[in-house]
Amino acid sequence: MSEIISSVVAHYNYWIYIALMMIGLYAVIGKKNLIKKIIGVNIFQTAIILFYVSIGAKKGATIPIIHHGPGGGHHETTASVIEASQYMNPLPHVLMLTAIVVAVATLGVALALAIKVYNQYGTLEEDEILSRIRVR
Amino acid sequence: MISIKPLLAVLVSLLVVPILVSSRTPNVREAWTFAAASAKFLIVVSMVPAVLRGEQLVYTVAQVIPGAPIAFRVDPLGMLFALVASSLWIVTTAYSIGYMRGLGEHGQTRYFCFFAIALSSTIGVAFSANLLTLYLFYEILSLATYPLVTHHQDAEARVSGRKYLVYILGTSIGLVLPAMLICYHLSGTLAFSDQGFLAGTGPPQLMTILLFMFVFGFAKAAILPFHGWLPAAMVAPTPVSALLHAVAVVKVGVFSIVRVLTGVFGIELLSWLNLGTIVCVIASCTILIASLIALSQDNLKRLLAFSTIGQLSYIILGVGLLSPKGITGGVLHIAMHAFGKITLFFCAGAIFVATGKRNISEMVGIGRRMPVTMTAFFIGALSITGLPPAGGFLSKWYLGLGTLQADQITMLVVLLVSSLLNAAYFMPIVYRAFFCPAEMAMFENRVQEAPAFCVVPLVLTALISIILLFYPEPFFSLARLVAQGVTGG
Amino acid sequence: MSSQYPGLLIIVPLLSALLISVAGWVNKRLCFPIAVVGLSVALYASIGLLLRVLAADPALDGGVVLYRLGGWDPPWGIAYYVDRLNALVLVVVSVSALLNLIATKNDVRESFSTKIGAFYTLYILLVTGLLGITVTGDAFNLYVLLEITALTGYGLIAMGGEYRAPLASLNYVYMGTIGACFYLLGVGYLYMITGSLNMADIASILPGLYDSKVVLAAFVICMVGVWLKMGFFPLHAWLPNAYTYAPSAVSSLIAPLMTKVMIYVMIRLMLTVFTPEFTFSVLALQTSVVWLAVIAIVMGSILALGAPDVKKMLTYIIVAEVGYMVGGAWLGNRAGMTGSILHIANDALMTLCVFLAVGNVVYRVKGYGFDDLRGIFVKMPFTMIGFVAGAFSIIGVPPTCGFFSKWYLISGGIEAGHYGFVAALVFSSLINAVLFFKLIEVGYYGSEDAHHHHGTTPVSMAEAPVSMVVPLLIVAGGLIAVGLYTGDIVARIIDPVIAQTIMD
Repeated sequence: MSEIISSVVAHYNYWIYIALMMIGLYAVIGKKNLIKKIIGVNIFQTAIILFYVSIGAKKGATIPIIHHGPGGGHHETTASVIEASQYMNPLPHVLMLTAIVVAVATLGVALALAIKVYNQYGTLEEDEILSRIRVR
Repeated sequence: MISIKPLLAVLVSLLVVPILVSSRTPNVREAWTFAAASAKFLIVVSMVPAVLRGEQLVYTVAQVIPGAPIAFRVDPLGMLFALVASSLWIVTTAYSIGYMRGLGEHGQTRYFCFFAIALSSTIGVAFSANLLTLYLFYEILSLATYPLVTHHQDAEARVSGRKYLVYILGTSIGLVLPAMLICYHLSGTLAFSDQGFLAGTGPPQLMTILLFMFVFGFAKAAILPFHGWLPAAMVAPTPVSALLHAVAVVKVGVFSIVRVLTGVFGIELLSWLNLGTIVCVIASCTILIASLIALSQDNLKRLLAFSTIGQLSYIILGVGLLSPKGITGGVLHIAMHAFGKITLFFCAGAIFVATGKRNISEMVGIGRRMPVTMTAFFIGALSITGLPPAGGFLSKWYLGLGTLQADQITMLVVLLVSSLLNAAYFMPIVYRAFFCPAEMAMFENRVQEAPAFCVVPLVLTALISIILLFYPEPFFSLARLVAQGVTGG
Repeated sequence: MSSQYPGLLIIVPLLSALLISVAGWVNKRLCFPIAVVGLSVALYASIGLLLRVLAADPALDGGVVLYRLGGWDPPWGIAYYVDRLNALVLVVVSVSALLNLIATKNDVRESFSTKIGAFYTLYILLVTGLLGITVTGDAFNLYVLLEITALTGYGLIAMGGEYRAPLASLNYVYMGTIGACFYLLGVGYLYMITGSLNMADIASILPGLYDSKVVLAAFVICMVGVWLKMGFFPLHAWLPNAYTYAPSAVSSLIAPLMTKVMIYVMIRLMLTVFTPEFTFSVLALQTSVVWLAVIAIVMGSILALGAPDVKKMLTYIIVAEVGYMVGGAWLGNRAGMTGSILHIANDALMTLCVFLAVGNVVYRVKGYGFDDLRGIFVKMPFTMIGFVAGAFSIIGVPPTCGFFSKWYLISGGIEAGHYGFVAALVFSSLINAVLFFKLIEVGYYGSEDAHHHHGTTPVSMAEAPVSMVVPLLIVAGGLIAVGLYTGDIVARIIDPVIAQTIMD
C-alpha cells in the first residue's frame, strides 16, 4: 500500500496532467454547451503542455542559462565543467511555446466558429441546435 | 508468337465509340458500326490459320500484378468463341438497324455505343491469357450490358436491371473475385495453361469449394439457381436478347467456366478428384429443370430464355464429362447453339416488329403471314433440338458419344430426355403456325414480312445453321484442337 | 536547385499563401494565378523529388533525400526526409490539390466572391500543411504542421453558406484538437525515453527499449491520436458532417487528402519510427486492430447505405476506406502493406474524382440530394462519365486502380489467414456496387421516365464549364492509367519501401 502511495506521490506530475486531461475530455464529451466544450479542449491542451513542462524539470536544477565560468571563456571551454544534471532540459519548454501558440490559435478559431454557430442558430446549447436542425 | 492482333481485335470496336457518339446522322453512325464489325471479324479471321497450325498468338498489355499481367492469348477455344461472336455481330448490326428503326426506338446512339463496348469485352474474354484479364473483361461486359438491358428505361426495365446487376455483379464480386485470389495465393500465377495450374497446390476440399465458387460465380452461364436474371433480362430490345443473351453474355459465362475447368483446374485434377461428375450433375439438373419450365411459357422470348438456360448447361455438361468427344461436343455446341438460338431470337423480334405479338398463344397461323420467318424459326428449332439437317445435330451427336466414352449412361439419358422436351416446346409453335385450321388462324392469309433488314439476317443465320452440319469448319477443327489440347491426346 | 526541392516544396506555397492574402486586398483577380503558381512549383518539386529517389540506389544511402532546414544537422535541427514512400504521397497530394484548385475556379469565384483572398490563403496553407506533414522527418514538427492543416481546414469547412457547416466544423475542432493532442502526448513519451524528436534518430534508439512500458504507451497514444484524425471507426463521428457540409471546392480537397495523409503518418510511425519488428512482433495488437478495421469497413458501408444524400454517402464510404487501409497496414505482411500504401494513392484519386463530379453537379443543380440527380446523365454526360469512372474504381472494377489495391489488400488478408478482413472487403465492394448503382439508376431513369410517358419537356444538356469538366476527366483517365501502371508503381516505389524496413 505504502509503495503504491509513494509511487503515486513520486509521479505526481503525471497524475495531475492525467486528471486535467480527463476533466477536459469530460467537458468535451459530456457538456452540451459549445463554449464549455471549447474550455474543455483548452484544458486538455493545457494538460499536455504541463506534462511536457514537467518532464523537462529536474529536482534541484536551475534554469538552463550558462553563466560564464571563472575563466570568463566561451561556451566550448566551459562545457567540460558543466554538469548537465544541474540544469533543466530547455527543449520541452521551448516546444511548448509552439504548442501554446497552437492552442491559442485553436481557441481563436473555435471561438470564431462559436460566434458563427450563434448567429446561425441563436443558441450555443447543442441539443437546442440539433432540434432546430431537425425542425428545418 | 507475339502479335498485336488480339489487342486490335478487342480495341477496334472500342475505338469506334467516340465516332459513333459524334456522328451527325444515323446512316453515318451505322456505317461506322458496320465498318467496326467487319474490321473486327476480319482481324479475328486473319488469326484462324495460325491457330489451326497450332500456334498461339500472345500479347501483353500491362504488367499489373506479378504472375498476372493483362495479357491476351489466342488459342483454339478462344478463337472459336471469338469467331462466333464477331461474325454474329455483323448480322446483328444489320438486324438492329431494321429493328430499332422499325420500332422508332429512342437513344439509338447509346444503344450502338454500348453494343460496341460489349462486343469488345466479349472478344477480350475470348482472348484472355489469364484469369485476371478474363475477370476484367467479364466485369466490363456486365457493366456495358446494363444500359442495353434497361434500354426502355421504364419501370419494368428498372426492376429487371436491378435483378441483372444483383445476380451478375453479386456473384462475380462475391464468388469469383475471392476464388481468383485464393488461386493466386495457392499457385502464384493466374495464366491459363492446357493442364491447369491448380494441381497439387491445395487440399481436395478447398478445390471443391473453389470449383463451386467458379461454377456459380460466373452467373452469366445461368446455372440454376443463378439463372433468374436471364428471363428478366428479356425486357431488352430483341437484338440485345439475340446477340447478348444467346451469344455474347451467356456464352461468356459458359466460356469462362469452360476456361476455368480446363485452364485452371485441368482435366487431370478434375478427374482425380471426381469433380467432373459434380459438374455434370449440376449441369444436368439445370438442363432438365429449365426445359420443364420452358414448356409452360407463353411469352416467346421467355421460352427462348429458358431454352437458352438449358442449352448452356449442355456445354458445361460436355466439358464436365472430361472425355475428348464430350469436350469436342460441348465446345462445338458454343457455335451451333449460337447460330440456332440467334435465328430464333431474330424470328421472335421479326414477329414483334411485324405484328406486335409477344405471346405464343397469339401466333396461331402466323406461318401463312410470315412464311420465311417461320421457316427460319423451324430450322433454328431443329438445330436446338439437335435434329438433322441443322448443325445442332453434330454437337449433340458428339455430346452423346462423349457420355459413352466417359461411361456416363445417366448423362446420355439426360440428353435424350432433354431433346424430347426441346421438341415438345418448339414443335407445337411451328405446327400451329403452319398447319392450324383456317378458321382458327389469327392472321389474314396474306404474306407480310418484317422489314428486309430484319428478315435477311435471320435467313442468313438459318442457312448457316444448316451449312454447319455439312461443313462445320473451322469450328469443328478448333473444337477438336481444344479437346486434344486439354486431354493431352 | 534540385537539392533545394524539399525546401521549395514548403516555402513556395507558404509564401504564396501570404502573397494571396495581400493580393486579396489589392486585386482579387491575382489570387487564383498566385495559387496556381505556388502549387505548380510544389508539384514540380515533388515530381523532381520522386524522380530523384527513384534514381537513387536504395542499397547505397537508403534512397533517401535528406534536407536540413537552416543547415542544422539532425538530430538537433529539423530535417526533411524524402524516401519513396513520401515522395509518392507528395506527388499525390500536389497533383490532387492543383487539379482541384483549377477545377473549382468557377465555383469559388461565385461562392466566395467577397472572401476570395481568404479562401485561397487557407487553401494553400492547408496544402502546405499536408505537404509538410508528408515531408518532415521530425515528430514535433509533424504536430505543428498537423495543426496548421487542421486549423485551415476548420476555417474552410465553415466558410460556405451551408446551414449546418459551422456546427459540423466546431465538432471537428473538438475532435481534431484532441486527436492532435494525443499525438503530441505520444511524442512527449517518446521524447522522454529517447531524448530525441528526429524520427530516424528515435528509430535507431528504440530497439534497445522495446520492453519499456513508456514506448508501448507512446505507440498506443500516437496511434489513437492518428486514428482520431483519420476518422477510423469508432472515432469517425466528426467526419461525415464536416465533409458533407463543407463547400464543394473544400470537400473535394479535404476528403481525398486529409485522411490519406493521416494514413501515411500511421504507416510512417509503424514502419520508420517504431519499426515493423516492434509493431508486429513485440506488440500483440495486430489481430485486434485488423478486427477493428473489419468493423470500420462493415459499419462504414452500412452507414453509407442509410445516408440521406450523395455527399454523406461518399463520406461514409471514406470511413470504410480508412478501414481498408488501417486493416491492410496492420495485417503485418507484404501484400497487405503494399495494398495499404497503394490505396493511399488510389483512394485519393478516386475520392477526388467522385467529389469533383459531385462538385460539378452541385454547381449546376444546386443540390446534392438523391433527387437532384434525376436525369443527370442527359444533363451532364461528361461529368457523369467521370463520376462513373470514380464509382467503378471505388467498387473495384478492373482496370481502374481501385481494383488493384483491393487485390493486394485481399491477398494480404488471405496470406495472413484473416478471413474476416477478406469477407469485409468483399462485403464492402458489394455494398459499394449497390450504393453507386442506386445513384446511377436515379440519374439514368429519373426524367427520361417522365419524358417518355407523360410528355413533359425533355431535359436538355447543361454541362458544367469546360474548366470544371476537363480536370475531372483527367482524374478519371488517371484512375485507369494508374491502374495499368500498378505493376511499375509496386515494383519501383512500394516494394523498395517495404524491403528497406521489413518484412515477411
